[in-house]
Amino acid sequence: MAGMTLAQKILSAHAGRKLAIGDTAVISVDYVLAHDTTTAWAIEPFHEIAKRVFDPSKIFIFFDHAFPAPSTQFAEMHRKIGAFCKEQGIKMHFDGVCHQVMAEKFTYPNAFLLGADSHTPTGGGMGAMCCGFGSTDAAVAMATGKAWVRVPQTIRINLEGNLPFGVYPKDVILGIAKDLSSEGANYKAVEFGGSAIADFDVPSRLTLCNMCAEIGAKTGIVPADAQTRAYLEKQGRYKPFEELRSDSDAEFDKVLTYDISKFEPTVSTPPDIDRGVPVSQVEGTPITQVFLGSCTNCRIEDLAVAYRIMKGKKVMEGVKFIVTPASRQVYEQALQNGFLMEFSKMGATIAPPGCGACLGRHMGVLGDDDVCVSTSNRNFTGRMGSPKAKIYLASPAVAAASALEGKIADPRKYLK
Amino acid sequence: MRVWKFGNAINTDLITPGRYNITTDRRELAKVAFIEHRPEFAREVKKGDFIVAGRNFGCGSSRETAVTALLECGVAAIIAPSFARIFYRNAINNGLLLVTADEAFISGVEESHQLEMRDGSVVNLTTGKSAAAGVSPMLLALQKHGGLLSFLKTHKIDELEQVQQ
Repeated sequence: MAGMTLAQKILSAHAGRKLAIGDTAVISVDYVLAHDTTTAWAIEPFHEIAKRVFDPSKIFIFFDHAFPAPSTQFAEMHRKIGAFCKEQGIKMHFDGVCHQVMAEKFTYPNAFLLGADSHTPTGGGMGAMCCGFGSTDAAVAMATGKAWVRVPQTIRINLEGNLPFGVYPKDVILGIAKDLSSEGANYKAVEFGGSAIADFDVPSRLTLCNMCAEIGAKTGIVPADAQTRAYLEKQGRYKPFEELRSDSDAEFDKVLTYDISKFEPTVSTPPDIDRGVPVSQVEGTPITQVFLGSCTNCRIEDLAVAYRIMKGKKVMEGVKFIVTPASRQVYEQALQNGFLMEFSKMGATIAPPGCGACLGRHMGVLGDDDVCVSTSNRNFTGRMGSPKAKIYLASPAVAAASALEGKIADPRKYLK
Repeated sequence: MRVWKFGNAINTDLITPGRYNITTDRRELAKVAFIEHRPEFAREVKKGDFIVAGRNFGCGSSRETAVTALLECGVAAIIAPSFARIFYRNAINNGLLLVTADEAFISGVEESHQLEMRDGSVVNLTTGKSAAAGVSPMLLALQKHGGLLSFLKTHKIDELEQVQQ
C-alpha cells in the first residue's frame, strides 16, 4: 500500500483501522453541526431512530441562516429547534455564522466535523476534516455519534510565490475554481500545500477551504502548522496537536501547482462560481448593492481590508452597502476598533452577525434589477433573491472599491 | 411516465430556492420544486417520471429539501452524467434513485421520449439507444432496506460497512 493522504489518516483515526482510498467506513465524529434550517429537517428523522442524542456537548446548533427570525414561519422553525435543543440538553448558538464560530471556539486540528451545511469545509483551514452532509446524516450522527463515509481521493494544490499587491486569498480560490470548474473536485478532498501556504494565516485559509465546497470537494484542508498554533493561541485555546501530513509517497489523484504571484483581483460573473474574470474585464459595471459578509469573507481581517480602501470616503449615493460581520467576535472586535462606526459614517448599513444576505432570505434580498457585488460564495440565479438579479463574487477589496464607485472597481488604485 | 429535461449544473437553489424553504411539510415542499426555474414542473409532474439532466446535478447547498421535494413529487429516477456530492449522499440516504449515464446518451433524450431502467442499463424506448446505468452500491443496498433511517431501526450503524456486499 502506498503512503497515506492526510484525509485518509484522519478518517482512519476515526474508524479505528487503516482505510484505503475508496473504502466505505463508519467513523466516529468529533463535532456535529447543524443550523436553523437543516436542524428543522433533522428532528423528525432523529426521533425515528433515537430518544437521546449521543453526547449533547458534541452537538452544535446555530441560529444563523435566518436569525433574528424574518418571518412567522422562521420563528416557528426556530421554536421547534429550540424545543429540541432544550429536550436534548444541546446548547443553542446565536453567535454568527456556524463555520466562523466553530473555527473561533471549537474546531481542532485532525478532528472530524460533520456539518449539515455545504460550507462546512471552511473548518479545513484549522487542519481538521470538515465535510458537508444533509439533515438525515446529521440526525444519524446526533443519535449515534457516527457517520458512513467513503474515503476520498485527494487533489493536492501547491501554492507558490507571493500574493501580489491588491490580491487576496479570495482571488486565488476564484482563480482556481475557474481553472478546475464547479465540479472539478467532486467527491474529492482538496489539500493545500506549497511554500506560500505557510504565509496564509488561518482566516485566509478558512476562505480557501470555504470555497472548496464550490468546486464540489468533500473537504478542503490545510495541514495544521505554526499558523494554526498562532491562531489557537490568539483564541486562547491552544493545546498541543500532532502536525499530521500526507506521506511523501501518498497517492494523490493529481497535484496542481499555482504561482500565486500571477493572480489578479478576480470577479466571478453570474450565474456560476467558475466564471471568474480579471476585474479589468467587468470594471465599470453599474451596481446597486454591495454585500460584505458571509463565512467566506467577513472576518476582522476582511473588514480591515475594506476599511483601508474606504477610509475617509463615502459609499456612492444610491448604493446599498451592507456589512454583516461573520460572528459576534468579529462584530465586537469591529465595534471596539471603530470599524463599524467608520463604515456607518461612510453610509454602510450594519447588520447583526449571521449569514445575512448571502442566501436571499433576509437583510438584503435582491430585487429584479439589482446587481450586487458580494464577498460570499455563490452567484447562482436566485441565490440572493430575484432570479433576475445579478451577483458578482469578489474579494472584500473589490467589494469596498465597488461600493465607493457604484460600479465594479479595481481596488488597487485605492491601496497606493 | 414522461421525461423532464434539464441542463448542466442544476443547483439546489433552483430545485428548492432558499426563500421557499420555510416549511418542514413534505407536501408543501413538493409544490415549490423548480418553482422559478420551471414553474409547471410541480403542477404537472407525475409519479414515475424521469428527470434527465446535464453534469453536476444538485450542486450547491446541502439542503436535503432538494431530494425530499423530488421524492415527494414522485420522480422515479434522475439520470445525469454526474451528481454533486452532498445531493448524491442525501439521495442515497433517502432512496432517491440517481443514475449516471454517458453524455452522448443523455443528449439524445428528448422530453417526448420513453425511458426504461433495465438490468443495469437505461434504455430509450423511442430511439432504441441504451447506456450503462451507474448506480451507487450503497444506494442499492439501502434502497432494499427502505433508506438509511429504516435500516437503522433494525441494524447498528456499524453494520453499514457490510451492507454493500
